[in-house]
Amino acid sequence: MLDDARLAHLRAVADLPDLTGTRYRLIRRLGRGGMATVYLVEDIALGREAALKVLTDPDPTGEMAARLVAEARLLAGLEHPNLAPVHDVGTLPDGRVFYVMKYVRGARLDAWIATSPDRPAVLRLFVKVCDAVAFAHAHGVVHRDLKPQNIMVGEFGEALVMDWGVAKRIGAAGDADAPTLRLEADAPSRRPATRAGSVIGTPAWMAPEQARGEVGAIDPRTDVYALGAILYSLLGRRAPVDAGSAEEILRRVVEDVPPALRSIEPSVPRPLAAIVARAMSKQQVDRYPRAGDLSADVLRFLDGAAVEAYPESILERGGRILARTRTLAALIAAYLITRVLVLWLTGR
Amino acid sequence: MADRFPTTHWSAVRGAGSAEPEERRRSLEAIVAAYWRPVYKHVRLSRNRSPEDAEDLTQAFFTRAFEKEFFAGYDPAKGRFRTFLRTCVDRFVANEDKAAQRLKRGGGMAQETCDFAAAEAEIAAAGAAGGGRSPEEAFDAEWVRSLFALAVEALRSECAAAGKSRHFELFRRYDLEDAGEGKVTYDDLAREFSLTPSLVTNHLAWVRREFRRILLDTLRQVTGSDEEFRLEARLLLGGEPGHAG
Repeated sequence: MLDDARLAHLRAVADLPDLTGTRYRLIRRLGRGGMATVYLVEDIALGREAALKVLTDPDPTGEMAARLVAEARLLAGLEHPNLAPVHDVGTLPDGRVFYVMKYVRGARLDAWIATSPDRPAVLRLFVKVCDAVAFAHAHGVVHRDLKPQNIMVGEFGEALVMDWGVAKRIGAAGDADAPTLRLEADAPSRRPATRAGSVIGTPAWMAPEQARGEVGAIDPRTDVYALGAILYSLLGRRAPVDAGSAEEILRRVVEDVPPALRSIEPSVPRPLAAIVARAMSKQQVDRYPRAGDLSADVLRFLDGAAVEAYPESILERGGRILARTRTLAALIAAYLITRVLVLWLTGR
Repeated sequence: MADRFPTTHWSAVRGAGSAEPEERRRSLEAIVAAYWRPVYKHVRLSRNRSPEDAEDLTQAFFTRAFEKEFFAGYDPAKGRFRTFLRTCVDRFVANEDKAAQRLKRGGGMAQETCDFAAAEAEIAAAGAAGGGRSPEEAFDAEWVRSLFALAVEALRSECAAAGKSRHFELFRRYDLEDAGEGKVTYDDLAREFSLTPSLVTNHLAWVRREFRRILLDTLRQVTGSDEEFRLEARLLLGGEPGHAG
């Protein structure tokens, strides 16, 4: 009979990808998702490390293999500095489909934020995330599962948006390209079909239309909501909806308004809080149309310009202009004082 | 991949509801093979029965399941088969309060398949190691162990039938005896079996592929739907035994 140690070893043996005859050497497991597991491997031919994503679940119909290949192709078609490039795709000797992508050294966004970076650094990183998503939107792709756990911050401050396993091409019929079926509060979820469709994504970060299972309503604004929720969590240090079962969170996403950002973090400037609120509007029509519009408004805030999401008063405008031009005003003042001093001294 | 054994897609759980008595019997035998050990230990430890009572109840349960077609009532849409079976066992034990009736019903289906003495020895050997688990977790952990043990035995048989007993011996030495402790290396095995290290690598890769395939075939037999099969496989390969529920 198998004791616990032998059983644990056999489970690992049965789960490990068979890399014999390939150009890859297994190093260790990095993580496990819904239908697939990601391993750190050495690409022997090129002498570099890479991440190999392989189907974990048995796939008698070949449906999930087709989805993994589709994910690899979708990602390969999105060449962008903030997206991990795909190097290879194929079938292992054990019959499982895999693809290989760049191995990103660094930390997940939720771990990175725990290192307490300053607010401008947070916002600059967030803009990079938006840029990657905006690029996907421009190519007709919606991510549908944006959350801090799916964003990697590299060693040199680069941001990479990962896990495009439930991404959807805008306008694609039905939901045949959605591969996962998970329902945990913090794990990607596909709830049993509702009247309008099925719930795909991660409850705590998903838009109301996504939580209602309205597959046909999903568009770039669905990702904009998730980006708003991510920015909320980066600035407020907590998720907009962060307690309860998956079902409870789904209900709250649809029905409740999260606490105002400034009520949990009063130091957040009003324009920035307004940007988050607009991105997280319950109604799609009230949100930024695309990730690029959200990114542009955050950049305006960083530059000290007026943001679209916040109609400022005259006093606020004056204060902002003063703050923005403080350096210039100081230089002019210094020049004038110097000039007066020179005139005074030469006049004597 | 050319020399792989064929994959089967037969489900004993679905076969248990067949109108054909022979198909039902074959299905029940597969279910008994996968479940007698978890059922015995569940009755023995969670229901606090003596070894003799647990043995009688286990045999009686499977005999009654065949006679009364318990498993034909399983609906995959309502949950996992192993949860359904454990519930059936609990209900059966609760209703079974006359020892004489048990003895009368026992001695049928499970007797030839089940080595109750071995199971009892495992309980004694495990001692308090299984402490802290709920009855459900203990049942599920034993179910995982049982499936892997069946797969190892099936692998041994298939390798022997295919003239690849040496492949199995490599697997036995490296993955069963050493179990990843690192005391045995591929070079050690190459010397022991008079092979090159690359042949050891290839043989082990082959036998491990077959092991995974047989394990999934075994699992497929005791699940009732593709969805249940997929979810159980995910837990079987990646989850903890105590969290297979």
